[in-house]
This record gives sequence, structure tokens and C-alpha cells, in this order.
Amino acid sequence: MKYIYELHKTMVARNLILVYEGEFTQEITKSVLAMAERNMDAIGEDSSIKRKVFNVMVECLQNIVKHADEIEEIDLTDHNAAIFMIGKQEDKYVITSGNPITNDKVKILQDKLAHINSLDKEGLKEHYKDVIKNNKGLSAKGGAGLGFIDMARKSGQKLQFDFEPINEEISFFSLKTVIRRVVTAD
Amino acid sequence: MEILTRDGGEDTPKVILDHNNGFFEISGRSLPEDSADFYGPILEWLDKYKDSPRPETEFNFKLEYFNTASSKLILDILSKLESIDGAKVVWYYHEDDEDMQEAGQEFADLVDVSFDFKTY
Repeated sequence: MKYIYELHKTMVARNLILVYEGEFTQEITKSVLAMAERNMDAIGEDSSIKRKVFNVMVECLQNIVKHADEIEEIDLTDHNAAIFMIGKQEDKYVITSGNPITNDKVKILQDKLAHINSLDKEGLKEHYKDVIKNNKGLSAKGGAGLGFIDMARKSGQKLQFDFEPINEEISFFSLKTVIRRVVTAD
Repeated sequence: MEILTRDGGEDTPKVILDHNNGFFEISGRSLPEDSADFYGPILEWLDKYKDSPRPETEFNFKLEYFNTASSKLILDILSKLESIDGAKVVWYYHEDDEDMQEAGQEFADLVDVSFDFKTY
């Protein structure tokens, strides 16, 4: 039973206020959002920070759902679970996700994220408009990296990412977005 | 024309499209699992409305939040409004919500429809 205490200590040490591991659906997304919202309301979090955190969470969670559908199609049932975490520190929120993706997506995602990270505030705005206007690769569930662009814009920080190979077919995609809690004075 | 209404939900906005009373509004939160599925009927309704529009069509967007998948469909709605004579958009945003204000300005840049900005 020691793993319970170990897990608890890890969560406390990393300031994790919410961890969800398992299957991701729209229903789960709504529940996770509701929990995080209640948590932020309870501490009286600033409304603009609350909105940014909510925004980044939605794009992150819906991305996982979308990739989970693709993984399910190739029927790798042992590997379709993902993880989502929110950490809250004195000066920032850290939103992290980890989910399996097919290997053919690795290079595409890497390129999209690297491009997004190379842009400044104005560059991101133009990129967003360009993607939405030209409808490049957009599907009903989003796509074309519009979600990543939005996450980068709302965060104001670089997106951190990593790909860990699992086997010949899939890799584990980790993504970390930081939202500063310091309210910028106008 | 029949009124199109949707009750707002946790992840879908409230919608009222009423030709007779000249009231057109989408409000609340928009993060449906399938945005094309949710917005499809709205786009179809506007296609029909286009054939016999009122002299003025003031379309209110009073969104608290929308995800990126919805933003594509919102742009589709705005593109429909472009082809309706006398159509304009009233974009509401919470007074301290700069991101929502900016989102409206970006849409205004992308389409040829006049935008009014109002806070609530």
C-alpha cells in the first residue's frame, strides 16, 4: 500500500491540484473542467487568469480526445489511456498532458509546435488568422494546430513538448503549458 | 420562417434565430464535441433566411467562451452574414475580457461585415 503514500507525496511535491489518468471523452472533459473551475473559484482566482487556464485546458483535453479516436482506430487497446494534470504554484499554473499518438503524427506535430514557438505575439495572431481563414486541414473537431496556436497565445509562453517512442506504431506525446498568475497591470 | 432555438448547455451555446421578431443571438459557452454538427442547422437556417431577410439583421454574439473548433464555424456564420444586405454584428464581451474583445476584432478583420462592440 506504500504506493498510495508515494503518489500522494509526488502530487504534493509537484503542487498537482488535479490528475486524471485513463480514457478521455467529451463527458470526462466537461467533468475535469468543472472540477478545475470549482478549484479556482474556491480560492478566488483572478477572472482573466481563470479564463486563460480554462481556455488552455479545453484545447488540451479536446486534443487528447481527438488523438484517442485515432489510436482506437488502429486498436491498440493497451495504449489508449492518457494523462492530464494541473499544477498550481505561487506564480503560475502548469497544464500538462500526455497521450499516445501514431508515429506518423510525430514529425507533423513537432514541426507545428516548433513553428508556433518561433513566433512572437503578433506572429501568432497572424498565423491564427491565416489558418482559420484558409481552412487549412481543419476538421469538425478542429485540427491544423489551431488549438496549439491558441494555447500559445493564451499562455504567452513557449509550449514545451516531448515525444517518447513506445513501439513501431505509437509514441507518447507530452505537452506542457504555463500560465502566469501575476496579473499584468494596464 | 421557423424559429431556431437551442437551450444553452455546459458545452453548447444558447441560440435564438427569430425572423419574425428580428432577434438573432448566440450566447454562452461553445465547446461542443463536434462543432460542425452543432452549427450545421444554424448555417442551413441562415441559407434560407438569406432569400427573404429583414431590412436590417442585427446578429448578437454574446459568448463567454468558445474553443478553436467553434471559431471556424463562427467564421462560417459571419461569411453567411456577409452576403445578407443590412446585416451587422454586435459583439458582446465581458468588460474585463480583453481576449474576447480581441477575438471579435480578429473576426471583424476577416470578414466584410460591420461590427459593433459592446460590453456586458
